Amino acid sequence: MCLRFHSISRTRRTAVSRASVGAALLVTALLAGCNHGPGHGATPAEQPDHFGVVESALTPGVGKSLVSEDPRAAQYYDNPDAVAAGARLFAQYNCNGCHSSGGGGMGPDLMDGGWIYGSRLAQIHQTLVEGRPNGMPAWGGKIPDQELWQLATYVRSLSLPATIAAEADDTPGQRPAVVPRAADEDAGWTPPASTTNDYGSTIEGSAYQGRAASTSSGTDQPPKSNAAPNSKGPT
Amino acid sequence: MRTPLHLALASMALYAGFAAAQTVPAPVPESEVFSPEQIGHALAPPTPQVGHTAPSAANAPPDDGQWTMPAKNYAQTRYSELTEITPQNVAALTPQFTFALGVIKGEEAAPIVADNTMYIVTAYPNYVYALDLTKPGAPMKWRFAPSPAPASQGIACCDVVNRGGSVDHGKYIFNTLDGQTIALDVKTGKAVWRTQLGNIAIGETITMAPLVADGKVYVGNSGGEMGVRGWFVALDENTGKLLWKAYGTGPDKDVLIGPEFKPHYPSDQGKDLGVSSWPPQAWMIGGGNMWGWANYDAELHTVYHGTGNPGPWNQEQRPGDNKWTTGIFARDPNSGAARWYYQYSPHDEHDYDGINEQLLLDMPFDGKMQKVLIHIDRNGYIYVIERNTGTVLSADPFGPVNSIQGIDLQTGRPNMNPAKSTRVGQTVTNICPTASGAKDWNPSSFSPKTGLLYIGHENMCMDWEDVQVNYIAGTPYVGALVHMKPGPGGNRGEMTAWDPVARKPAWQTKENFPIWSSSVVTASDVLFYGTMDGWFKALNARTGELLWRFKVDSGIISQPVSYKGPDGHQYIAVLSGVGGWSGAVVSGPVDPRDGSAALGMVAAMSDLPKYTTAGGTLYVFALPQH
Repeated sequence: MCLRFHSISRTRRTAVSRASVGAALLVTALLAGCNHGPGHGATPAEQPDHFGVVESALTPGVGKSLVSEDPRAAQYYDNPDAVAAGARLFAQYNCNGCHSSGGGGMGPDLMDGGWIYGSRLAQIHQTLVEGRPNGMPAWGGKIPDQELWQLATYVRSLSLPATIAAEADDTPGQRPAVVPRAADEDAGWTPPASTTNDYGSTIEGSAYQGRAASTSSGTDQPPKSNAAPNSKGPT
Repeated sequence: MRTPLHLALASMALYAGFAAAQTVPAPVPESEVFSPEQIGHALAPPTPQVGHTAPSAANAPPDDGQWTMPAKNYAQTRYSELTEITPQNVAALTPQFTFALGVIKGEEAAPIVADNTMYIVTAYPNYVYALDLTKPGAPMKWRFAPSPAPASQGIACCDVVNRGGSVDHGKYIFNTLDGQTIALDVKTGKAVWRTQLGNIAIGETITMAPLVADGKVYVGNSGGEMGVRGWFVALDENTGKLLWKAYGTGPDKDVLIGPEFKPHYPSDQGKDLGVSSWPPQAWMIGGGNMWGWANYDAELHTVYHGTGNPGPWNQEQRPGDNKWTTGIFARDPNSGAARWYYQYSPHDEHDYDGINEQLLLDMPFDGKMQKVLIHIDRNGYIYVIERNTGTVLSADPFGPVNSIQGIDLQTGRPNMNPAKSTRVGQTVTNICPTASGAKDWNPSSFSPKTGLLYIGHENMCMDWEDVQVNYIAGTPYVGALVHMKPGPGGNRGEMTAWDPVARKPAWQTKENFPIWSSSVVTASDVLFYGTMDGWFKALNARTGELLWRFKVDSGIISQPVSYKGPDGHQYIAVLSGVGGWSGAVVSGPVDPRDGSAALGMVAAMSDLPKYTTAGGTLYVFALPQH
């Protein structure tokens, strides 16, 4: 039933770029008919843009070898065009509506290095294709597979130290870095400890000192505690 | 723009732990906002000698010591006639028992007390607990787990909150995040009926507390950030069957506008304004959701309810007044037919939902006692509205404002400040109040003894840039980059005791964080409320003096209540559990390094994790004689 979305996906992009309410309504009415939740409609393997499912992505507590190598991921490493395209799509498909500029909101943040369903490009791609049960829509078959890979690349870039460092102001995700091959070589790869949030500093003085309170350096930072068990080694 | 020096500094920030990105922005300067005296307006000067402001007995019957609905009574005064706890003895208040809710998301509900049993509904997954108040430690009588669809979490704009239930005719009635209204038998905890109203596939959720009155259950949907078309329904209290459904946008027949409809102002008069005040078809995804407080007026046999923001937030995508969003309807409870409507924020550009509470009072105005409703709006103004006709008698700012320069009481329309109009491609800075408003959903209380409204509210402003957004069903439809910041003075919250007759504050106290809890005020002039950093406080309702405070396990964003226990003594109950839009940086999956996270709230609240952690506990206090 969801197969028909493949055929309209190009039309859909035109509608999106024009932001024509009428056209968007037509398309989205069709989209709505294809349930976002997992377990409905076509399986990913049936979708023409998606060949095969990544194996064993949900195995908890495994350091390396979470998934077999996915040859499709290779072209997205060290690829600034893919990151830039992904950043654009991230806004076009309303990903930023839930995940903000990487900091989250309705959906989880994507910049803390903690990954429930895995941090490798192939795993992120799989999450985009299949959706996840707490509200993440399944995009497989609804938008071109190449765009899903570009989105995965951008999403992966959000928690890279280079991305976060590239922007000292309050929306780091607007200046994404390329994803190095190294980021995918070890599933236990994590950002340096100095990227943890400084929640441990002492509050000085009375009320309204919020600005002063966040100036301490990184000497007494606690380790970040929200890492998923299957994706992070000890910090 | 980005020089090598900038990059060098950015690299240094990497090793300094990104302290800069977690900094709360500087407060907006005082010079950016209007002074309230300049821009408050009323149709007539105060005439306090005519009578005393109070709710009618029909809307606020004598206190029986129970607390059966979140707002205490139909007038929604949140006023307790119990007097055992006084300003003189409140310092001795101690916890009598606590109860872990088993959920650590934002807890916004009021504990409900009926027949010596306490009922609590939690944030998602919306557990309901019944606690036996007649036994030591208030053991659980039953627990009900409605098991809402997990995917509903991902379409709830601002945490997975629930604003409570009500007990009526042997049923506890509440809503679930995935769009159900459920009536439980209070004796057994079994469902009497369940009605599925919302559809999560298009982004609909329900977070509001149903209004139960006159044999009906009134419910509205959430989803103004998802392109969801708002509606407000009445269900049969006995069966859960749908009696009528009124949409917040669209043709008159959908909005239940017919011959009875007599709006006071010309700009609300005309055929199918819910279509013609939008670009073609935009009303179908235009918001106007009813996720706040509805009133049943037992005197005038009328239901009042607000409507939420238009969608998307990007105003350039929806030229027009965007009826019937950001306003208030008066309706016939039996048919749902609209009687009048007033729009607080025509063509809203700042997310100023109109769904905050109304208090139904008899108040002296223009030389006579008038039946009014007082509405404290997100846009920063307190409206006193005559309830029969929908005429605005006065409108005054209660906090720092600059987006609206007073309300024109001849046309009813706000004087919009063009300098704070939002647009695509430009960041408009220092807009006050912020998107969550000078006050959000958390309701005020009113004491007929002091004649004062107790308004716990925010003092925050924002920077806003509109961006083009596409409608994709079930995903956010916002189109704005927002960064919030403290308002003038730097205190992000305030408790204002407001004299509605004199149209000015009697006293104000400051809070570091926005006040996101409601308040309860007692006949002995004690005012209770909680703070986001976890203090539960008692103030002298006449002076604002802090009399007592107790630090609970997590920030408070809920609705405290006052009741008489089986032993005849007065108890004060409140839920802890920080969260909600303002507390997402603690309870949500949010990283404070992105200031635009949680719809821009994180910029202003990034230090909250240093003050409190996620929790969720019932606290019950009393004087220590027991």
